Order: sequence, then C-alpha cells, then structure tokens
Amino acid sequence: MGSYVPSTPAQRQQMLESMGLSSMEDLFRQLPEEVLLRRPLNIPSGCCEMEALGKMETMAAKNTVFSSIFRGAGAYDHYIPAIVKSVTSKEEFLTAYTPYQAEISQGVLQSIFEYQTMICQLTAMDVSNASVYDGATAAAEAAAMCRDRRRTVTYASAACRPMTLRVLETYCFSAGTPLVLIPEKEGRTDLEALKELMDPAAAACVYLEQPNFYGQLEEMEKAAGIAHQAGAKFIAGCNPISLGILTPPGEYGADIAVGEGQPLGLPLSFGGPYLGFMAAKSALTRKLPGRIVGETTDVDGKRAFVLTLQAREQHIRREKASSNICSNQALCAMTAAVYLSAMGAQGLAQAAALSMSKAHYLAAELEKIPGFQRKHQGEFFHEFVTGSPIEPEALMKSLEKEGILGGLPLNGAYKGCILWCCTEKNTKAQIDRLVSIVKEVAEK
Amino acid sequence: MKLIFERSIQGRGCAILPPCDVPVTSLPEAMVRKEPPKLPQVGEIDLSRHYTQLMKQTHGVNDGFYPLGSCTMKYNPRVNEEAAALPGFRRIHPLQPEETVQGCLEVLVTAEELLCEITGMDRMTFQPAAGAHGELTGLLLIKAYHHHRQDTARTKILVPDSAHGTNPASAAMAGYQVVSIPSGPDGCVDVEALRKAAGPDTAGLMLTNPNTVGLFDRNILEITQIVHEAGGLCYYDGANLNAVMGIARPGDMGFDVVHLNLHKTFSTPHGGGGPGSGPVGCKELLVPYLPIPLAQRDGAGGYRLDWDRPLTIGAVKDFYGNFLVVARALTYILTLGREGIPEAAENAVLNCNYLMTRLKDVYDMAFDTGCMHEFVITLARQKKELGVTAMDVAKGLLDHGIHPPTMYFPLIVEEALMVEPTETESRETLDEAAEAFHEIYRTALSDPELLHQSPLHTPVRRLDEVAAARNPRLQYHFPD
Amino acid sequence: MKNPADLLYTKSHEWVRKLEDGSVQVGLTDYAQHQLGDLVFIGLPQEGDAVTAGESFCDAESVKAVSEVYSPVTGTVLAINEELLDHPELVNENPYDAWFVQIGEITGEEELLGAAEYEELAAKEEK
Repeated sequence: MGSYVPSTPAQRQQMLESMGLSSMEDLFRQLPEEVLLRRPLNIPSGCCEMEALGKMETMAAKNTVFSSIFRGAGAYDHYIPAIVKSVTSKEEFLTAYTPYQAEISQGVLQSIFEYQTMICQLTAMDVSNASVYDGATAAAEAAAMCRDRRRTVTYASAACRPMTLRVLETYCFSAGTPLVLIPEKEGRTDLEALKELMDPAAAACVYLEQPNFYGQLEEMEKAAGIAHQAGAKFIAGCNPISLGILTPPGEYGADIAVGEGQPLGLPLSFGGPYLGFMAAKSALTRKLPGRIVGETTDVDGKRAFVLTLQAREQHIRREKASSNICSNQALCAMTAAVYLSAMGAQGLAQAAALSMSKAHYLAAELEKIPGFQRKHQGEFFHEFVTGSPIEPEALMKSLEKEGILGGLPLNGAYKGCILWCCTEKNTKAQIDRLVSIVKEVAEK
Repeated sequence: MKLIFERSIQGRGCAILPPCDVPVTSLPEAMVRKEPPKLPQVGEIDLSRHYTQLMKQTHGVNDGFYPLGSCTMKYNPRVNEEAAALPGFRRIHPLQPEETVQGCLEVLVTAEELLCEITGMDRMTFQPAAGAHGELTGLLLIKAYHHHRQDTARTKILVPDSAHGTNPASAAMAGYQVVSIPSGPDGCVDVEALRKAAGPDTAGLMLTNPNTVGLFDRNILEITQIVHEAGGLCYYDGANLNAVMGIARPGDMGFDVVHLNLHKTFSTPHGGGGPGSGPVGCKELLVPYLPIPLAQRDGAGGYRLDWDRPLTIGAVKDFYGNFLVVARALTYILTLGREGIPEAAENAVLNCNYLMTRLKDVYDMAFDTGCMHEFVITLARQKKELGVTAMDVAKGLLDHGIHPPTMYFPLIVEEALMVEPTETESRETLDEAAEAFHEIYRTALSDPELLHQSPLHTPVRRLDEVAAARNPRLQYHFPD
Repeated sequence: MKNPADLLYTKSHEWVRKLEDGSVQVGLTDYAQHQLGDLVFIGLPQEGDAVTAGESFCDAESVKAVSEVYSPVTGTVLAINEELLDHPELVNENPYDAWFVQIGEITGEEELLGAAEYEELAAKEEK
C-alpha cells in the first residue's frame, strides 16, 4: 500500500512512548465510543505509485481525445504555448498556500499583481481582483455586488450561456432576489424588450455576454445606456481572447467586466479548473469579492506586494462580508498571465483574428451545403449557429468516427440546430475535411 | 525585483501562432478595439527567468515545514500531478458526448463512492470549487429541503463562535440569519446555550469537528440530536477531516451534509490560493436537491450525466467542478486505500500531539487537554510580560525557514497561533521546528526588540499594510 | 488624550456634539480609535439616510479589523465628512475634529454620558 508518512513504525512507537502513550488508539480517547467506525473502510486496499497511476491511465484511456475540435460553448481549444505549463508546474507555485505571509510569498503576490494589471488592460477597467472560481460564478458574484436593500433585481439576457444563467439563478435563489430574463431576438438580446422590462426603482444590474452564447456580437453600448438610465449597473461577460480585437468593456460603459479565463492558456480539462476574471470601475473597488493584491513598501522602503483591502472579506466581516469566497484561482491566474505575456497584445489579436476568420470560413463553406444556413444574420466572432437537414446527433456520430468533435447540438427553441466554433488551432485542411464529411453525410 | 512590464521592450515577443490560411475577416469599424492592451513584450527567455525569480521568492510545501493551522498543508504527491496531466483528461472537452467521456465520468463516480464511504454520506457533488463554495452549496440543499416542505419559518443558522469566518459568511449568502453559539471553557460547543438557541426557526447548524482549537467535541451526538429535534439539519465543515478520516465518520455523528476540502485532506496542491475543490456529500433526504448534472452509473456497466433532477438547486458552477483536482484526489485515495487513510489520520494526530508536547514547557496552550490534528498556542502572557505577540513569534519563524502557523485565529483565543503539522512531516522536522520555537522563546526573553524587527533574512521584511489599504495601488502604473 | 467636556458620549464609544440648530455631529472617541489602530477606510452612509439610535450606520476599517459605528440618535443624515473618505487617518490623528456625520430631524436618542462618566467606562474596559 502507498503512504506519505515518513516516520518509521519504530519512530512512531518512540514518539508515542515519549508522551506516555502506548498505542495510536490512545490518541483518539477524546472520541466517544459511539462514533468510532471500528471497522476498516469499505474501499479498496492501497497500492503503490505505479499501480495507482496505472489505474488512472486506464480511466483516461476510456476517453476519446479528439484531434480536431469544432465545439466551444464555454470551453475553447486554443493553442497553449509551451512556456505556460513549464512555469505553472514549478513546485513552489504549485504547493504554496494563499500568500498570508507576504515576506516569503512575494513570488505569488507579484504574479497576482501582474495578473490584475493585465486584466485591467484587457478589459480597460480600473481594478481587478485576484480571480474567482470561473466565468459563471464571476457573473453571479458581480450581480451580488450591484444589489442593495432597494435595488434587488438582476436582469440577464436569454442569449447568455445556459450554464451561466443556471448559476445566476441559483445565486439569486440563495440571496432571495429576483432574476429577470431578457428575451432573445434573432440571436441577440432584445434591447427594446429590456427597456420595457426595466424597473427603475428596483433594477440592480443588467448582464449581457459579448460575444453571446450563439457567437453573436451584441450592442453593448446601447445595453449599458439602458441599464444606466434605470439607475442599474451594467455587467459585461467577455471572452478574453476576443478582447484582443473587440472594443473592451471599459469603453462601452460597463461597470463590471467578468468572464471565463479558460481560453487564456488553460486546458479543456473536462470543465475545470478554470478561472473567473473580474474587473470593475474604481467606485466599486470595495465591493469586489475575493483577494486583491496591492503594492506597498517594507520597513526598508523596498517595493513589495501584499493582500490588501482585507476588511471586505469573510475572515474579518464574517456574516457581513460581501461574499464568502476565501480562495482565488491563483495558479490559473498565473497561467493566464504567462499566456498573455507570451502572446503579447499582438499575439492575442492574432489568436482572435485567426479564430474569427476560420469561423467565418467554416460558416461560408457550410452554407454551401443545403440545410446548413446560418440562423442569425448579425456579426459574429468565432461561434455561429446553423440549421441541419439531418439529426445533429447522427451527424456528430459520423464526425466522431473520423476523430472530429463537431459543433454542439442545441436544445429548446434551437432543437435541430448546431453551434459551431473555430479557434486558431483549426487549420484550413481540418475545416475542409470537416465540411466534406458533413456534405457526404448530409447528401447520403 | 522587476515587474514583467518593466522587462518589456517595444517590438519583442514570442512567435507562437501561424499566419492565416483562410480569407481574413474584419470587424465593422465601430466594434474594433482602438488601443491595444499594454501587455508585456517579452521573449521566452525573459519570461522563463522572470518566473524563476518569482519562484525563488515563494515558499511552498516543498521548501520547508508549513504548519499552517486549518489548512492541512500536507505534501502534494507528484504522481497526482502525473495523473492530472494525462492527455486523456487534460484534452477532454466538457461538452463531449457521454460515450466519449466514460473515463472522466468513472473518475467522478469512483471518487464519489470512495468519499461517500469515508464520510458516511449517500451521494456527492463535485461542482463546488472550494470549501466556502461547498458551504454555500450545502446550505442551499438545506434551504431547498425546508422550502420543499413548506417549512419557510426556518430562517436561522447556528454557528459556534469558534467557526471559520466562511461559515457565517456562507450562511448570510444563503439568505440566513446567523446565530452565534458560544464555546464553553473547554473550547467545545456550550450544549445548554445550543439547546436554548435551537427552535422552530432553526434551519440548521454548521460545525467543524474536530473544531478549530483542535478538539473533538465529545458531545457531538447530543449536539446533532438537539438540532434534529428542533427540526433543523446538521452541516459538517470538513476542513478538519484529516484528523479522523477512516476512524470516525460525519455521517455516524449525525450530520446530514458535509463538504470536503480536497486541497487539504486529499493532498491536492493549493496553488497559491487555488484551484481547490469542495465536494458536498449528503444523506438521502437531501439527494433530490443536489446540483445538476450529477455523474452516475448507467446500470449497464457505463456512466452517464443525470440532468433530470426536478428538485435540484440548479448549478453552483460551470460544468462538473474542478475535474483535474478531483482526479488528483482520486489518485491519492487509490494510493492510500483502506489502510492508508486511517494511517494518515493517526499520524496527523500523533505528529500534532508530539509537537505540542515538545512546546508545552515554554508556550501556553489555549486548551491543554491533548489535541487532534492541530493545537492552539496563546501568547497572551508573553504579550503582557514581554511585549512579544503572536505576530512576533510568527515573523521570527520566517527566519528559521518555517512557514508560520495561522495567526490570530480562532477569534476565541487571545494572541493565537494555530499549529497543524500534518502526517507527512518526519519526526526530525518536528524536532527541528520545536528547537526553532524554543530559540524564539529564548530571544523573546533576552531581546524582544530583535523579534519585533524580524524577519531579517527574507526577500522583503515587514510590510506597510496600512499604506497599502489607505492608498490602494492595485495595478502597475505605466510610465507615460 | 482628554475627552472634551463639551461633548457627550455613548457606551459604544461615539462622541456627540450638539449644534445650535438642534442637529448633532458624531465621531469616534480617542479610546475607540486607539483600540482600532490605524484606520484605513470609513464606510460612511449617504446624505438623506435614516439612522436609528443604537443601530449601526457606518463602519470603520483598520487593516485586520472592522468595527461598526452606532448612531446615538434617531434621525436623518444631513451631511457626511467627505474628507474622511480620502483621509481616514484624520480619525487617528485628531478624533474630536474628525466628525463622521451630521444628523438632524432628531426624534430620539440613546442614553448619553458626560466626559467624566465616559472616562470611567473607558478605563474599566481598558482593564
């Protein structure tokens, strides 16, 4: 069996005896008899490292690794520069805890400070926290920042990612506050309907995504205007890669910008760990949840970094804290920072432009096949919805056989439609092959 | 040391992506970003050296003893990292068809089954990303349960005053009023006070056991019974499960719902603050409310995701939680197995008692009754007599290459230092640490001023936290 | 520091200055600022907010603690001392000049202590 206890049985006995104890059981005398398990756990016996890894490899081998992925919907297969993994697997970064002891944690603190700066740059906002769990919880925490005793209603677009909406809904249930869905029209948020829905006395915030779930680009400035007119805050959920070329939220009136940071160098990983980024206008600084790192000096006057504005947080405020969060995704934030440094503004813009161009090429090629017309006519980034003349699941099965993960079959009002995605990893050859297989299956 | 932005040179960069092999699409002018973000312009060697320097200014478990109370800073086995790095896990899209992710689902289901046996629970969700997130999830299960029974008068959550700050914060986030239950002189829940507080408005109780002063509450069965009789449910904060895993189970203590910290008890790395994983297990009565989707066996030797759960609280996070963290924890549980799990708990308690015994001669223990996995020192006497505080001792330890214990927690102990050695430290390490603590004590007697000055040998020294908070500088100011 | 004799005090360590127009200024006592340590932020209410005697209307943050400030009277916030938003250190430096809020339209008040009585109370708590 495996064990990471370094003390030998003889040492353990000596340690016990040095305290006047004779057996391990003596250490648990505090426990009442009735709660002791008094039987071995009904789980398999332990094993050595080689066997344990073998068991995990066997499980991993039951998954299909696709070499060609045309599916996004919240998790994106971007290229990850080699330096990213090499930096983030350094043991010090991996095994450190939250940097409470600043004197021996400058590495983690500085890396978070750099990350915060990059997120502010990317979003054109004033202040960023050290990250939260993921994009969906970032949206939910942002909505909570906007609510107060009077303003309780969260408005979210039906064109947002369904999973993000579910998380928002759960957090609103938790807080006992209403969530109002803004209807979608032709793939985008119906802003006329939003105007009608807004309650200027109770509206806390409006949440839209850019691009939205269907890949469509929204009229963010107009939406922000409607929110502000009713005295509500505007929260933008952004794809961080798209910010390489799209107008950043700080320039269209967003009060808070959030998003899923996974595209910034994090592997798909069956959904996690990912990274929620959160940035805000300076007026909202003290409402931000989670850790924030600030610059200061030490007693010798040397520049140094430290967790700051801690009086916002749960370990001080307890039940009056703005959020219960007490961790951040530091290692994922570092991943994003290394990714952004390796790419630079130019590389990021290139990733965005490549993803968008390939998606448009794929859309144009698919539209040549009868039945695969795009469902929406608005501008789109790297995702789009088409119809399908055949059952999407059957089409996907045929693609899987060829090692291709096709677009995502949609449900609800879009049943029978497919949400496609491209990144810079999809070469023209891959796209052409995908299209020819789709054509073949469709025409069968 | 320089910031990455201060290493930036106009025109420098890494060549990562190829040129475009399809027609280039452009955006309408109004949507185009006008100013590029000021990201670093650095070569790969700049990046590599920058982060290597940062690494050298970071103290991890691999650098030395890390007895940070309540955080269970045990060694993070490398094989866990190997398992999590397998392409068959890393390169799996979360929305792949179920038949192509059978291995991932097997990881989730297997981890669930093992952890349910370890905790005495019936089902478990891996969606919560951290302990605090698990607390919120668990409380929402309790809330949904009462709501479903139309029992809406239950508006209060009972929390002992020794609890982690996240407990009351989570309860407030779940829309509950928090009622603080005092601790008795023995450091455990004051049962009579609990009896008075519990009533028809009680939704539940949140409890950590062993608690934050490292004591197992021997009245635990009575405590959970009082809450149940009042119609409330009992929530187990699993932060301290490392002390009792394989020896006693929250499910057998009367708890209805638990969260675990895989990044504490089950050896996954903390990553400088995350990612963690805070799975929530519950008894049958709360299973209908668990978040969606839930991975489970399909009855035909395979696995599937169950989205069709009409009473669910919804989702607390995207997808299925921090999957790769679960994969690491599963590797660990498979390695330790039925024998290794209780062995880890026993040695965690052994190491803790051993270190406490070695420090008792000079340091005052907040509760000197034998501890579980952690103990709490109080420097109240030294503060009064010598002007030496918990902070001073903590900062003194930095110069010995030891990460200090948790400071000023729990709140019920004055000048507290909370020490949790964990089972993965050897006797030699504990002896060295005891010697460091003794030396600091001698310095406290002979030259307290020296301790006020410490640390002297760290990359930076004590920081001006007041200035940081009064005039927050939260991002780099680029020169014009 | 001496607690000015022309002010009134609460048991929760606020001072009260009665103004001629019937309104009051409220701040934190020297004892309170000393206990809290270096203040880093004062979360002031907004003008027009209603406050209730004995209930918290504001909080004062130090690096590692946050403390509620309780209203000595029931009434309406007429003005806030905006200078404190940027310079919370004024409370540490000169607590009896650093008023937090001015409250008017007063309809009720807490039991208030004179300077001597308050000093006695603070001395007791010190122990």
